[in-house]
Amino acid sequence: MSEQLIQQLVNGLLIGFLYSLIAIGLTMIWGVMNIINFAHGDFLMLSMFISFWLYTLYGLDPIFSIPVCTGLLFLLGLLIYKYLVSKVMTGPALAQLVVTFGVSIFIANAAVLLWTPDFKMIEKPLLTGTWSFGTIQLSIPKVVASAGSVLVSLALFLFLRKSKTGKAILATEMNRNSALLMGVNTDRVNALSFAIGSALVGIAGAFLSMYYYIYPGVGGTFGLISFCIVALGGFGSIEGAFIAGILIGIVQTLGGYFFDPAYKYAIVFALYLVTVWIRPQGLLGW
Amino acid sequence: MGKFTPRQIALYVVVLVALIAFPLVVKGTFPTHVMIMFFMFAMMGVAWNLLGGYAAMFSFGQAAFFGIGAYTSTILLMNYHVNPWIGLVVGGILAALTGAAIGIPCSNLRGHYFAIASIAFAEIVRICFNNWKFVGAAEGLSLPLLPESLGNFMFHSTKVPYYYIMLAFLVLSIFICWYITVNRGGFYLRAIKESHELAKGMGISFVRYRLYAIMVSAFLTAMAGTFYAQYILYLDPESVLILPISVQVVLVAMLGGAGTIMGPVIGAVILIPLSEYTRVWLGTKGTGVDMMLYGVLIMLISAYQPKGVWGLLTAIGKRAK
Repeated sequence: MSEQLIQQLVNGLLIGFLYSLIAIGLTMIWGVMNIINFAHGDFLMLSMFISFWLYTLYGLDPIFSIPVCTGLLFLLGLLIYKYLVSKVMTGPALAQLVVTFGVSIFIANAAVLLWTPDFKMIEKPLLTGTWSFGTIQLSIPKVVASAGSVLVSLALFLFLRKSKTGKAILATEMNRNSALLMGVNTDRVNALSFAIGSALVGIAGAFLSMYYYIYPGVGGTFGLISFCIVALGGFGSIEGAFIAGILIGIVQTLGGYFFDPAYKYAIVFALYLVTVWIRPQGLLGW
Repeated sequence: MGKFTPRQIALYVVVLVALIAFPLVVKGTFPTHVMIMFFMFAMMGVAWNLLGGYAAMFSFGQAAFFGIGAYTSTILLMNYHVNPWIGLVVGGILAALTGAAIGIPCSNLRGHYFAIASIAFAEIVRICFNNWKFVGAAEGLSLPLLPESLGNFMFHSTKVPYYYIMLAFLVLSIFICWYITVNRGGFYLRAIKESHELAKGMGISFVRYRLYAIMVSAFLTAMAGTFYAQYILYLDPESVLILPISVQVVLVAMLGGAGTIMGPVIGAVILIPLSEYTRVWLGTKGTGVDMMLYGVLIMLISAYQPKGVWGLLTAIGKRAK
């Protein structure tokens, strides 16, 4: 019983680290621009398909697709910002909210048209198998993906705190006008944050493609969960998103274990609603 | 807003008469179906507008109310032989109560937080219905067939009665929303939208008026849900509780012009025939193409015409004067 419980905790932790990485990309965009990228989950799906096609067409293992996925998603983020998001920045709140919904609907349905709604899987990835510690089983691809996610999150954290560009991004997040007065090119910061946020979800997609089903609808669930993580962690808070991601991962697996796996996402959403009721600004928001 | 010029009144009367005459002139089943869907989404758009357009509560969870309406009347009819018209009222009340229950914890949330909370709420409802045996879970429910009559809210030989019922529902919703917005409640809602703090300072109970708006909106949306169940005679979570329905409702209002009485109707008259007809033209081969078109339309509207078509029309109208 208790061993099963530990196994569930470990599983939750493993998925939680990946959730954190996905959510950090989203929270950066949200924090800097006050815009929710509803297409975030679909970006994840695109990255998974890039990884899948690189594997199917060129035999490239997902672990080596990471740079390609990151680069392409960075570019995609830049383009979406330049031609769509930058146009609504001064528009009404509803337009800001809905514009990325349009992107999401377009990408998700284009994927169905191009690749059919069927489930795909990378048949023989380099990393397979499990490590056993007594009765506890650790799936190797999941461990690598989680460790990679933590490393990337840490690298981003250091980039934001130490580099000049990173400080400019944080400054813009805190106060756009003051940053502008200090000589920060806030439009460039916007574009960069959107691109970095997309690149992060690109990395997460490459990791996820190592062990998860690849299909056009995959973005829906992950997208919804990452919105909850971001709002739970607090508006634009990177640390908050990191902690909330792990928390949601654990709650999801334990919820599925103690109640019914069919309800695991419902439990996650309920936890979110309860949290914002008590703390509308999220765990680490202000 | 409250006063109409004689020309506007004449215009509305002409449009209404034309809509009443439509089934007498156009006989096909499919055009009637498209019109019914247009009325239904226009009605839900009008109901959404009370929240999103006037009170800045951008709900992306209207499908939950739609589904509660559809399921309540159907369960009452199937298990307890309750007349669907009574089911309609009960479903509306249940949806309004659910709206209030979810509205209280969410009443302090603004903008994005409210939007995401509404999605989370609707997803919880969908997941629960998907697994709840009593309501048919994922297999869904087929409505028992009753002899056709207005009293039974069921017609088999023709869609025309459904057409008139939905048209009546739409007119009723427009009237209710118009009545609310020209009266004190509407001014309160708009004051809250402009500035929470200022409205609070003026002594407007922020939470109470937002709750009223949610309850009215939920009731109207649930009415549309009961109608849909009686019209399609089959329902499952995938057809009444999913996020795309909520999104479509938002888009209808947004495309036409959020915060205007007729905006959602204009939005629906463009969007619904567009999606229904592209779906038929492209057949099953073009799965998703209608939605892709939608996506492009949303991107263009929000980036280049965020006030919606109604905003564009009024701008043109003003220039013409």
